[in-house]
Amino acid sequence: MQNILVVQSLTKKFDNFTAVNDISFNVEKGSIFAFLGPNGAGKSTTIKMLTTVLKPTSGEISINGFDVLKEQNKARESFGIVFQDNSLDEDLTAYENMVYHAVVYKVPKTERAERIQKALAIVGLCDRWSDYVKKYSGGMKRRLEIARSLVHYPKIIFLDEPTVGLDPQTRNAIWSHIRKLNEEQKITVFLTTHYMEEAEAIANNVAIIDHGKIIESGTVEEIKKRTKTELLEEAFLKLTGRDIRDDDNGANKQKMMRGLGRMR
Amino acid sequence: MMIEIIYILCLRQLKHYWRSKARLIGSLGQPLLFMIAFGFGFGPMYTRANGGANYINFLTPGIVTMAILFTAVFSGLEIIWDRQFGFLKEILVAPISRTEIMIGKTFGGAIIAMIQGLIMLSMTYLFGFRISNLGSLWMGLIFMFLIAIFFSGLGLTIASKMEDMQGFQMILNFLIMPIFFLSGALFPLQNLPYAIYLISRIDPLTYGVDGLRGSIAGVSTFGIYNDLVAISSLSVLICAIGTVLFLKIEA
Ligand SMILES: Nc1ncnc2c1ncn2[C@@H]1O[C@H](COP(=O)(O)OP(=O)(O)O)[C@@H](O)[C@H]1O
Ligand SMILES: [Mg+2]
Repeated sequence: MQNILVVQSLTKKFDNFTAVNDISFNVEKGSIFAFLGPNGAGKSTTIKMLTTVLKPTSGEISINGFDVLKEQNKARESFGIVFQDNSLDEDLTAYENMVYHAVVYKVPKTERAERIQKALAIVGLCDRWSDYVKKYSGGMKRRLEIARSLVHYPKIIFLDEPTVGLDPQTRNAIWSHIRKLNEEQKITVFLTTHYMEEAEAIANNVAIIDHGKIIESGTVEEIKKRTKTELLEEAFLKLTGRDIRDDDNGANKQKMMRGLGRMR
Repeated sequence: MMIEIIYILCLRQLKHYWRSKARLIGSLGQPLLFMIAFGFGFGPMYTRANGGANYINFLTPGIVTMAILFTAVFSGLEIIWDRQFGFLKEILVAPISRTEIMIGKTFGGAIIAMIQGLIMLSMTYLFGFRISNLGSLWMGLIFMFLIAIFFSGLGLTIASKMEDMQGFQMILNFLIMPIFFLSGALFPLQNLPYAIYLISRIDPLTYGVDGLRGSIAGVSTFGIYNDLVAISSLSVLICAIGTVLFLKIEA
């Protein structure tokens, strides 16, 4: 199988704190890849480097055969991205957000309306296209971001916790959209999530990251076998320990937690 | 393609601008208020001190400049808002180079500021201002545009170094306000204490105002062509600095 994403020795340091520490992995074309880890493990930082928003301290990334650091624009055309936090312009309507995206991604003028229409249909937002985004609910914003990331026909889509904070109905709807994209449009999916049962249900391959290091990777079955567990969630807890992680961006707290972890 | 990107960046800013009525009214209302307060307040004094010269003619280029200055700086600083509310990430992952974004945003901001300046210029007709020589109006438009480019670029340059909205007030009070007041927009730069005189000479806006005044009101201190060289080279300089800083921006 061909790899659409190849990551080699990727590292990101913030001052003295190493958020991502020399990780390497591949993602197969057409697969659904789940990148799992506790809060502060380095998932979002990794995704930001993969998508050219952050500059890596060192390492190499290739997406769809393009060097992400050297052929940035080619790489950017190849992926779609839904960030963990909002990246919509709430003062514009849903449709205006989509048009902005289509123009900066150089979608031919004649195809814009149709592509936007289709992308909105995939996530069930066709009848709300003219609303201001600030009037959308959290779930609708998430779905709109997914729709937007599809307008330029990406080969791979990155989804950073696409279902966090949403009710079960919306979560199910989003996962079924994602599965449909993968099956019907053959888009490779790279996702992170906190919900292990969701990852287990959808992913072909999994990598588990903690403290900036990949500590386990393989198919769900392989990981369960190796950790002698029944569920991915148990395997995850076994691998990453049971201490609670802070959900903030304080590198110091992380360091302190790590110190405490070692003391025990 | 570049044209289209400038167009969409500009359109987005225009929509923000048009939809936020407070901003729209504020950015036209403030210069208008200055026009009234200074025009009627200082007018008679100026006329007496300058042997009958018309203060409205002196003031108008300053007021037009004011409208352009604030709109341009704010549209450049808008990227701080984009950072705060997350849209910056969408800007940065798009398959366009940082240089193109910088150029697109600078022009986008400048065009909006230019529109603002033109609205203001037509309003000054209500106060009795008349362009001294319609033939040199095009030169005035060039100055207005260069002022707009400079300050839109300056706003972006500052914004690319600013993490959040704190410090925004500082920039306004200790950079933009002094630039405006010491540029000669409101009063002639004559018989000033030496320190202020010096500052006014390194104030980029001084040359913008003087050039605009020379073009539409027929009076200039340094000569229109010197002003033109000064403000255009400063615009190029600030855009170059801005581009370098913008290359390093992360979200
Ligand atoms: N801009 C930044 N400056 C300093 N530290 C950061 C920054 N961004 C993230 N971090 C730190 O890097 C670590 C990884 O963060 P992140 O990648 O967001 O984790 P995750 O997405 O796995 O929850 C955290 O400890 C976080 O505090
Ligand atoms: Mg995260």
